[in-house]
Amino acid sequence: MKLLTHNMLTSHVKGVIKGYPLIIKATEVKVNELDFNAQFVSRMIPKLEWSALIQAAEWLGHSQNLPDAVVENYENNEEFLRKVHRVLLEIEVIEGSLQCPESGREFPISKGVPNMLLNEGE
Amino acid sequence: MKLKELESCLQQVDGFEAPKILLEQYPTSPHIAGCMLYTIHNTFDDIQNKLVADLGCGCGVLSVGAAVLDARLCVGFDIDEDALDIFKRNIEEFELANIDVVQCDVGSIGSSCAKKFDTVIMNPPFGTKHNQELRYDLPASYKFHKKK
Repeated sequence: MKLLTHNMLTSHVKGVIKGYPLIIKATEVKVNELDFNAQFVSRMIPKLEWSALIQAAEWLGHSQNLPDAVVENYENNEEFLRKVHRVLLEIEVIEGSLQCPESGREFPISKGVPNMLLNEGE
Repeated sequence: MKLKELESCLQQVDGFEAPKILLEQYPTSPHIAGCMLYTIHNTFDDIQNKLVADLGCGCGVLSVGAAVLDARLCVGFDIDEDALDIFKRNIEEFELANIDVVQCDVGSIGSSCAKKFDTVIMNPPFGTKHNQELRYDLPASYKFHKKK
């Protein structure tokens, strides 16, 4: 599971009002290089929940010294864009779990795939 | 990449070993997958360098195709563990790094999540087995099935 994907996932446990962001508990993390494309990263930035991304990166020990807020004029800041690329696409959680911040319900991650399915009644 | 090359590549993608009728599982043929993706890529430029979602991805033939056509990232969503196991195998065999997979009930994916994607591709259940039909309000959609 890449952090770009994590940035979009929420918990849908019954009764939960804000099941976001899901807390990452990782037991195995891999770094896989992917080709950098400045345009793609620039386009993604406005769609991201930035604080959730920073938090996720920190949980995985890969904060890359990213700032708490998006820098101005990021489209032209290659160094910044490369850091964001790294965090969004190159760091992967292979084993672990995602925890709903409100209900505490844990969703397991196995072989890189988070299982968000709820049992009946949840 | 030519259409024939893409189709030939997609023929290597493993399909369902035991399709579950109640989930309306059926394989998307390499020909259909190829034509669909080729059109989306060449005519509309909606795959390369884009964030793509494959809803009801099954064993992942559409995702593999999108990844091979250089989607920046393709995320496949499906409810069935068995299909996703095959999908993971396909990802390994094709050595693709630009695919992510989420196991979930696609009906629970909110439209706010879906809107973050540049392109959503699917060959989804049509609701023929008292299961859920997937429908989304999207700014543009390409339909390949015949209308009655």
